Amino acid sequence: MSQPIIISASPHVHSDRTSKKIMYDVVIALIPAFLVSLYVFGINAFIVTAVAIISCLAFEYLIQKYLLKTEITIGDGSALITGILLAFNLPSGLPIWMIVVGSLVAIGIAKLSFGGLGFNIFNPALVGRVFLLVSFPVQMTMWPTAVENNLSIADGVTGATTLGMIKEGLMFGETMTEISTKIPSTIDLLLGITGGSIGEMSAIALLIGGIYLLVRKVISWHIPVIMLVTMAVMTGIFWVINPEQYASPLIHILSGGALLGAFFMATDLVTSPMTKKGMIIFAVGIGVITVVIRLFGAYPEGVSFAILIMNAFVPLINTYFKPRRFGAKIKSKIV
Amino acid sequence: MLKTFPKGGIHPPENKLTSSKIIKRLAVPKMMNVPIAQHIGIPAEIVVAVKDKVKIGQVIAKSGGFVSSNIHSPVAGTVTKLDKIIDSSGYKKQCIVIRTDVKDESNFEEKEYPLLQEITLSSKEILQRINDFGIVGLGGATFPSHVKLNVKEGTKLDCLIINGVECEPYLTADHRLMLEKSEEIIVGIEILMKALNINKAIIGIENNKKDAIDLFKKATKNNSKIQVAALQVKYPQGGEKQLVRALLNREVPKNGLPLDVGVIVHNVGTIFAIYEAVQFNKPLIERVVTVTGKKMENASNFWVKIGTPISDLIAEVGGLPEGTRKIVNGGPMMGKAIKNTDVPVTKGTSGILVIAEDEASRGEPKNCIRCGECVYVCPMGLEPHLLMNLSEKGLFERASNEDIMTCIECGSCSYVCPSDRPLLDYIRFGKSIVKKLQTSKN
Repeated sequence: MSQPIIISASPHVHSDRTSKKIMYDVVIALIPAFLVSLYVFGINAFIVTAVAIISCLAFEYLIQKYLLKTEITIGDGSALITGILLAFNLPSGLPIWMIVVGSLVAIGIAKLSFGGLGFNIFNPALVGRVFLLVSFPVQMTMWPTAVENNLSIADGVTGATTLGMIKEGLMFGETMTEISTKIPSTIDLLLGITGGSIGEMSAIALLIGGIYLLVRKVISWHIPVIMLVTMAVMTGIFWVINPEQYASPLIHILSGGALLGAFFMATDLVTSPMTKKGMIIFAVGIGVITVVIRLFGAYPEGVSFAILIMNAFVPLINTYFKPRRFGAKIKSKIV
Repeated sequence: MLKTFPKGGIHPPENKLTSSKIIKRLAVPKMMNVPIAQHIGIPAEIVVAVKDKVKIGQVIAKSGGFVSSNIHSPVAGTVTKLDKIIDSSGYKKQCIVIRTDVKDESNFEEKEYPLLQEITLSSKEILQRINDFGIVGLGGATFPSHVKLNVKEGTKLDCLIINGVECEPYLTADHRLMLEKSEEIIVGIEILMKALNINKAIIGIENNKKDAIDLFKKATKNNSKIQVAALQVKYPQGGEKQLVRALLNREVPKNGLPLDVGVIVHNVGTIFAIYEAVQFNKPLIERVVTVTGKKMENASNFWVKIGTPISDLIAEVGGLPEGTRKIVNGGPMMGKAIKNTDVPVTKGTSGILVIAEDEASRGEPKNCIRCGECVYVCPMGLEPHLLMNLSEKGLFERASNEDIMTCIECGSCSYVCPSDRPLLDYIRFGKSIVKKLQTSKN
């Protein structure tokens, strides 16, 4: 025999799913949202996304090669996803150097300083985004409109996000009835004719991507569905009590990155719990914190903070919400 | 809805290439290597000496204790050596080497027993024969059957489960046996029901063996005691605990046995061996082995004498195909890779799987991406990623608290891991240390 016989322990077969395939499925799922942003924001959306991707890959390469001197893993798809997701959370007119800083924070601090893929506690793209938001609040909340980009879908598009307009309107004592004449309609929110960061535009595009991830079994329904239901129930209660002071659940779910967060950020495999029970707790937590920030906090938008806060609880959730052992009498064992 | 176990499990490609191949009888080899440790428990004690003439079916090694089993000579011939030979574990194990007497006709008689349905022996006599004739579990675990059947007075026992699941991909030995020996198997079930004094038996068969399900349904139509249950195809349904849960909705307690919930499980192959032992005084000296592989053109099922070198089986199907990189004794999920083909067929050999280049190597392990797949597929409700981590770091006490010892080593976690992490390897290592720690404590 030409080659030696291999001896290894069982099992001798392996599923054809690899982490690389999972990563590239996520990339594929993000394409519809990217196309919508290209349509709405034009070349700017492309520039922001390209800069974020290239700088994330470059920082991963440089840090691994010269600082950590470890194996270079830019081919595994994870830095690519971090780049895309970071870009999707940025306004389309952001200066390029800020995008580069955000990428450095995402890859260098949030990912590699924790030990690289699989060891990070917080979602790297969100850490980069929140770092930029608190460092450059003005630039991070300047939302270019489609009109400025010479696109002809003018009418519904404005200079602020839907949630930003609502928050501002309510602060100046306007009622929801008055505000609703200024904000995009539900249809516009679904299609993406609204202000906002690159990836959060079209609810439909995000849903298509989300469904693709569900079909490909990259994510399970628990986190997105429970997070959105929690948000709908909570905002619904306030809306039913006082529809003039609180926006409807539909507006909350279709705007402000709720869908992007629910399907693409909260479901990040590394930073979400590993059991279904844990996922439910995690998703409820994100939903509640998001609504609290949106309704009572200073920011109109709360998904990023909510996910990062719940990321911190994931190790604890994994410790306390274990799968039920086969044959165990007591339901779940607490260590 | 077909029955199945609720938690975990996987569905790898079935690759049952040989399910339509009639079981052929393999020619008796010239030399037989019969190991004395073919079962779980204490090895048997050799009772023959070099140059002794032995008859077919003669006891050549006697049960070495309660959890042990007799070994019988598969052929008529002469003992030439008592030697240590590498078996499928990869270690050298004591073997009795017998040269087949080519002039002795008993070696070449193709004895086909007529169907004998009348059960004349008492419960006690049945159990004695199962003990005497070296019957062990043929599903792969090779646990001595008389130990399993030794039910303490007063134990609540109401159901016998016949394991015809054969959930391992590729293997078709049980499937073929069920198709070709269905009536004998039913008599075997009745023998066991008599021995155990119970009135209920369920045959569990996965739904990828519809012909076997239909055959048994037909054969048991007028038999109110024996039921046939079709099961959803899911690995590892052939595991005792999973099968009991699937068929009866009873959960065997942690660290317990099916007996704790009033059930005894036996493999169909074992049932057939019991039938022959009880009705015809035939010791366990041969079994059905599937010889298979994607590149094996003549893959088939064979009646093989215990002690036959695996090389004989491979030669029978046309030799190792070009590009063979792995030879597995057993199925792809739980079988053992062997280095050379001199390894003998033992009571636990259910198949020989030949794997080519493209599927033989494992992927390079990468970082855990915490996807949780291993947790979802674990049929025992464990967290394989955590157990691997604890074993790797030497935190064996914590691994023990996380129920590492309840792992059934089905390999589902390693199968699904998208980062190719050797989860089960580390869990096995962890288990071995925890076991040592436990025995040293006691």
